[in-house]
Amino acid sequence: MKIVTGNDLKTGEVVWWDGQGWSIHITEAVDAGDHAETIIATESAARRVNSAYAIDAEQTDDGPRPAHIKDRVRALGPTVRPDLAVPAADYVGWDWVI
Amino acid sequence: MADFDLGTGRDEVQLRFRDDEQADVAAVTVDSFLDQADADAVRIEPGDDARELLPYLSRLRLVEVNFPSHTDGRGFSAARLLREHGYTGELRAVGDVLVDQLRYMRRCGFDAFAPDRWLDEADARVALDRFSHVYQSAADTAVPIWSLRHG
Amino acid sequence: MYRYDQYDQAMVDARVEEFRDQARRRLEGKLTEDQFKPLRLQNGLYLQLHAYMLRVAIPYGTLNSAQMHMLADIADKYDRGYGHFTTRQNIQYNWIKLEQAADLLADLATVEMHAIQTSGNCIRNISSDHYAGAAADEVVDPRPYAELLRQWSSFHPEFAALPRKFKIALIASEKDRAAMRLHDIGIQIVKNDAGTLGAAFYVGGGMGRTPMIAPLIRDFVPLGQLVTYAEACLRVYNRHGRRDNKYKARIKILVHEMGAEEYARQVEEEFAHLLEQGVEPPAAELERIRSFFQPPEFAVGLPEEADRSDPDFALWLDTNTHPHKVPGYASATISLKPVGGIPGDATTEQMHLMAELAKHYSFDECRVTHAQNIVLPHVEIGRLYELWQKLDAAGLGTANLDTVGDIIACPGLDYCSLANARSIPVAQKISQRFAQNGKGAALGELKLKISGCINACGHHHAGHVGILGVDRKGVENYQLLLGGSEAEDVSLGKITGPGFNEAGIVDAVETVADLYLAQRQEGERFIDTYRRLGMDAFKEALYG
Repeated sequence: MKIVTGNDLKTGEVVWWDGQGWSIHITEAVDAGDHAETIIATESAARRVNSAYAIDAEQTDDGPRPAHIKDRVRALGPTVRPDLAVPAADYVGWDWVI
Repeated sequence: MADFDLGTGRDEVQLRFRDDEQADVAAVTVDSFLDQADADAVRIEPGDDARELLPYLSRLRLVEVNFPSHTDGRGFSAARLLREHGYTGELRAVGDVLVDQLRYMRRCGFDAFAPDRWLDEADARVALDRFSHVYQSAADTAVPIWSLRHG
Repeated sequence: MYRYDQYDQAMVDARVEEFRDQARRRLEGKLTEDQFKPLRLQNGLYLQLHAYMLRVAIPYGTLNSAQMHMLADIADKYDRGYGHFTTRQNIQYNWIKLEQAADLLADLATVEMHAIQTSGNCIRNISSDHYAGAAADEVVDPRPYAELLRQWSSFHPEFAALPRKFKIALIASEKDRAAMRLHDIGIQIVKNDAGTLGAAFYVGGGMGRTPMIAPLIRDFVPLGQLVTYAEACLRVYNRHGRRDNKYKARIKILVHEMGAEEYARQVEEEFAHLLEQGVEPPAAELERIRSFFQPPEFAVGLPEEADRSDPDFALWLDTNTHPHKVPGYASATISLKPVGGIPGDATTEQMHLMAELAKHYSFDECRVTHAQNIVLPHVEIGRLYELWQKLDAAGLGTANLDTVGDIIACPGLDYCSLANARSIPVAQKISQRFAQNGKGAALGELKLKISGCINACGHHHAGHVGILGVDRKGVENYQLLLGGSEAEDVSLGKITGPGFNEAGIVDAVETVADLYLAQRQEGERFIDTYRRLGMDAFKEALYG
């Protein structure tokens, strides 16, 4: 599946396209399919997201899991500071990142 | 576009800080300029060596410096160098010229601006007036802080 | 240390308002991200893996207690209670919000601090010797010259859109404590045969994709022409540095491709021209700056030995203190590398403590080192024990300076969007391994540096042991390098062979350490044994 991610312009938080808006939880990310570029263009122009890009992810029981470790780290937080993880992120667990 | 006549019209200059009449002249490439004994306007591209113009400064009325991208800063050195060698004609920045580069461009000796995209003039005014002081001596007349400190 | 006058303060205050305005225009949509990015970078604001990251400048690594207290407050008010000290003597905050960034910069301005030009294709923070003003071997305190160049480079109108970033280091001793030869410009202040001070300029060093040691470009520039010569170096770079390929745009590539001799000749030509332009500040300006760097009121008749009866203190004394030029004093290193900790990180509380310790033990001054530690430059030897006790209680007393536990590591894939692999967990595991096996002390000086990608912010090319994290088909993998040095015996590390996974690289470091312990001769450090034995012996031990 293709999911779209970026950062909130004002706060810098990592966000994921959930079909209608931007969520900090990757579990809410939807398959953007062929619409990724349109979403990126529209949402960036409206400043609802910054530096957005599309990535490959596999659909799992825990939700979308990005193909690349970098985006998995983005989804959860620094692996060396579990106390700073995205709120309510322990639904995926740190093994999910690595 | 013909490679000898880049036809920059007077209405494309958005900001100008000179008292004299804006010259309605066509700026040619550096190579063409060096071949034409009567040319008085030239356009410098980032890869050109501005020092090739040094023998002809008194003949030049207009030097345009092209900034194809605002991230390519070669034009700053070209401009400042020309002023250091005594060029007193119009020094015009053209291309991807943004409000936030104006102040440094003025310091490097630019006195006219023909940006690809029209600048917000209120923003431009604020940007140009923001800093009252400068740390270094450059091509403008601003007195560097070290000079203010020691008279 | 340097104090702002009305002009310096006005510049920093205006910059805050300029950035506030630029951020507003971005949030309102008047600037696109492409237009805003170079502007925010020149104020140290990156968009990183998790959030905006802000890099605050600590000019030549020097701070007073008021400034360290402010850095602590900023971590608390705008971030998540900690900061990260970097390999260029700066500090980074990882969780900044764009909408608060201008307020943060305004707070910094109240203590004469800023984030000006800490990123972007411009002249960056000028680094220097963390023992400046204290070391016996300096010919002069390098920092007034660093300050002169800092002001020259700040808001320099000609050099704000260089081909790439530009880093300058300035030292004043034969011993290189600032990795000077691995900078775009490295300046060493020297004395000529007549006893006159001048500057040797090395241009074209750097790490990253193509590491290079800077060649000597001019052996003696009179100090009264320092700024003019630097300007000539920059102008030639701005003119000719490559713009077609981001990975070939540093000055090291230009000097290498053009040849050092030709580069030097072009600089000389530009230098002769610029000498006629009056760009050099008068001698009075350097003297004015130097007046801020007068030695503190050192006491006399102080004890020159510390009480060594506490063995833990004695270990710290031997490892973490450096001789001072004034009898009765020492420079003390506060380790930000506790066993298993995150190298270079400090909490708000730790920063407040270090500020107070600087104030009470070191004439209100501390330094950030490029090895990501903090130095108190002027401590009475008789008070070191008391100081150490306070450090130890706060987790800042690890006795590991320049040993295997004193690891330099970039933030890596845990924080950085450029990274290919995580570096911090590797540092933590190595640190724990050597604490457990007890070999750390026996190993002595062993500079271990870890980078999470080829950009080499962890300076892995310059480690006696270096580790480079790479992406091997989507999985983190680590290359081992041996034989680098950032000091005056500068050399670039060589890769040993195939890479390792995370467990493997920790074992590999122990393997090379064991070979050294088995083979070393009297007085040899790890790097010396490596240079004597050669790579083959280590390859044999690693790969069989």
